[in-house]
Amino acid sequence: MADRVLELQGVTMAFGGLTVVDALDLHVERGEIVSVIGPNGAGKTTLFNLVTGVYRPSAGDIRFEGSSIVGLEPHAITQRGIARTFQTLRLFLNMTVRENVMAAAYGHTQAGVIRSMLRTPGMRREERAIRALAEERLGFFGERLVGYRWDQPAYSLSYANRRRLEIARATATNPRLLLLDEPAAGMNPNETLEMAELIGKLRDVGGYTILVIEHDMHVVEGISDRVVALDHGVKIAEGTFEQVATDPKVVEAYLGTGAMARKAL
Amino acid sequence: MSDERDDTQPTGPALGKDEWVARFGANRVRRSGALGVLEQRLATVSWWAWLTLFVAVIAALPLGIESGYVRRVAFDTVVLMLLALGLNIVVGWGGLLDLGFVAFYGVGAYAYALLASDHSGIHLPSILLIPLVAVIGALAGWLVGLPSRRLLGDYLAIVTLFFFQIFLTVTNNGDNVFGASITNGPNGLLNIDPLSFFGWTIPRSTSEGLFNVAYIYVALAFFGVVYVALRFVNESRTGRAWRSLREDPLAAEMMGMPVNRLKLLAFAFGAGVAALTGTFASALNGSVFPQNFEFPLLITVYTIVILGGQGSQVGVVLGAVIVSVLLEVLRDANDARSLFYVALVLGLYGAFRASTRLVVVLGGTIVLGFVLRTVAGAIDGSWTAGTAEDAGRAAHLAAEWVIVPLEPARWLAPAAYLVLVTLVLGLTLVGGRLRLAALVPTLYLAAFVWENVLLAKPEATRYIVIGVILVGLMIVRPNGLLGEKRVEIV
Ligand SMILES: Nc1ncnc2c1ncn2[C@@H]1O[C@H](COP(=O)(O)OP(=O)(O)O)[C@@H](O)[C@H]1O
Ligand SMILES: [Mg+2]
Repeated sequence: MADRVLELQGVTMAFGGLTVVDALDLHVERGEIVSVIGPNGAGKTTLFNLVTGVYRPSAGDIRFEGSSIVGLEPHAITQRGIARTFQTLRLFLNMTVRENVMAAAYGHTQAGVIRSMLRTPGMRREERAIRALAEERLGFFGERLVGYRWDQPAYSLSYANRRRLEIARATATNPRLLLLDEPAAGMNPNETLEMAELIGKLRDVGGYTILVIEHDMHVVEGISDRVVALDHGVKIAEGTFEQVATDPKVVEAYLGTGAMARKAL
Repeated sequence: MSDERDDTQPTGPALGKDEWVARFGANRVRRSGALGVLEQRLATVSWWAWLTLFVAVIAALPLGIESGYVRRVAFDTVVLMLLALGLNIVVGWGGLLDLGFVAFYGVGAYAYALLASDHSGIHLPSILLIPLVAVIGALAGWLVGLPSRRLLGDYLAIVTLFFFQIFLTVTNNGDNVFGASITNGPNGLLNIDPLSFFGWTIPRSTSEGLFNVAYIYVALAFFGVVYVALRFVNESRTGRAWRSLREDPLAAEMMGMPVNRLKLLAFAFGAGVAALTGTFASALNGSVFPQNFEFPLLITVYTIVILGGQGSQVGVVLGAVIVSVLLEVLRDANDARSLFYVALVLGLYGAFRASTRLVVVLGGTIVLGFVLRTVAGAIDGSWTAGTAEDAGRAAHLAAEWVIVPLEPARWLAPAAYLVLVTLVLGLTLVGGRLRLAALVPTLYLAAFVWENVLLAKPEATRYIVIGVILVGLMIVRPNGLLGEKRVEIV
């Protein structure tokens, strides 16, 4: 068996009486890009919230690199090696682009308050390293987030650049598994294409294993090793893009939402 | 990739949003001429040069002035500056509502008193004791914050308020703990050691009985150290994490920052600075009483932080200077009066600039005053026979203009107050000429209330004036004087 990075076993999440994720089994192997698709409200974002510890599953187990992460605090899960981006964009808007990324290095750096107050040589060395790391991670996007943009506040960025910055920030936590929640949402066709290439590059060059939620079927087709389809919190299909896209249950799930089906398939 | 699209543009590469913002920054209108050059030069002066200059100016101030009062005010200002720096960590950086902040100041003062006085028989040297007390304060903060660890939010406000009350109860009743007197109750602890460094005791007053400037210098030195240390922390990964969690706690937690622990850290840190400050109060006064740590002080420190701008170290320090000086000026009825009328005119000028409306309102109010006073005097002489509070030149002027009855009826003060508040609220509802017209009697009534009600009670008036300034500032500059402008949703 290959190196299993993430494994969900019978994970269920219910809010009051509403079961949003229902006995879900899912696994991601190292170096894979797995796409999660499904109509709005299928429970995809909730799945990410479960993995990252925002919610605690009502039942089931979530294992990261072999050990259970259920019940850990979110920052502890991140420090173990899982980082995410947000569908709704949650940048630190009033901080600079560079600072956004530097802040995310908190979990794997050491300098405490006493050392910071005294500005010990070790602390300053670490600070330089954090800065270099941030600039390197921002450099992943070519020219888009470098140079003068380092010192601009995040709120001055365009929408597409904000999505890129979210990814740069997530990678600064030094994760092994990246969870990307609709990274191409709201982008124009060119930017979407570029994002698809970037996700491939994140795996090939960056070495991250990737679980991605995406609506654009061209992107899903282009990047996925495997596709998982959710509907009402239940896994209705899994396999290659062709297998899933032609699965009658998936077609039905999307037909239920009319316009979505025509746009998506 | 977007270049493919740009081919359709006739001239050069298109300007994206980011480029536009970047260029906008570079092309921002700069002041020209000598003033512009000065502005640019000043912007390049580093922060530690400013800090040194500031400390030097404060240090030089009390030198030439042989007044114990001025020196005392200077010392109290430094104490407020330190307290403001401490509260700024909690409120400005940690984003926490700490209503027990002053209690930690008290903890510091009592800790110093217990570890350096005849009361306990322990006499630790200051150089050891001051940092020790800061650590004790931080530990106390950590313990108080711990129970509300997961609930740091509104709950923290309640827990800290509770702690404040416990502190007051304990200090007031600590004169009989199983027969032993620990805090000596309301009578306080006396005969506390003055500061001493390396065997040298620093007397509280000079041989001529004047306030010893050395106390200001010691407090200033600690202020400088605390300021720099805090600035360094703010520039470290901890400071970045504090800023992140203020922006978006969920995102911060998701990016690997332990939000609850970081908040607790800010809370304990602030408590430590407060306790450190408490040592100076104890050492200078030689005594400490529970009454020294009550609500007005808490409100003053909060005012300073809000006025100066939460999160800005420079802002809260300037805020401390402004509020401290203001509170002293307002002690004297005549100075307070000048300040009131100057503030009134400045406020009007701020609203109207130099325009006919300004002339109309000011002129109208002045004329209305003389007319009303003449009419009132003609009806009954006693209505204008009262003497304005604290006779001075300004007082005479005011008494010629404002109606000050000899023996105002008891209902008059509250009634006038009520009408004034109603009028002010009404002003916000109307606009245009009507507002201009209504402004004239409102201003006169404000002067009437000021002369008859507020000036008679200087203690309360001081805080009312500070409150009014704060409300006005919140309307004009919600971020405080030097707080950064924040973008909430884009
Ligand atoms: N905290 C919550 N409380 C109650 N219901 C929730 C909560 N979070 C998500 N849901 C519900 O769960 C369902 C799935 O949401 P979500 O995971 O965001 O869907 P999507 O697949 O579009 O990302 C929706 O019906 C949503 O209303
Ligand atoms: Mg979603």
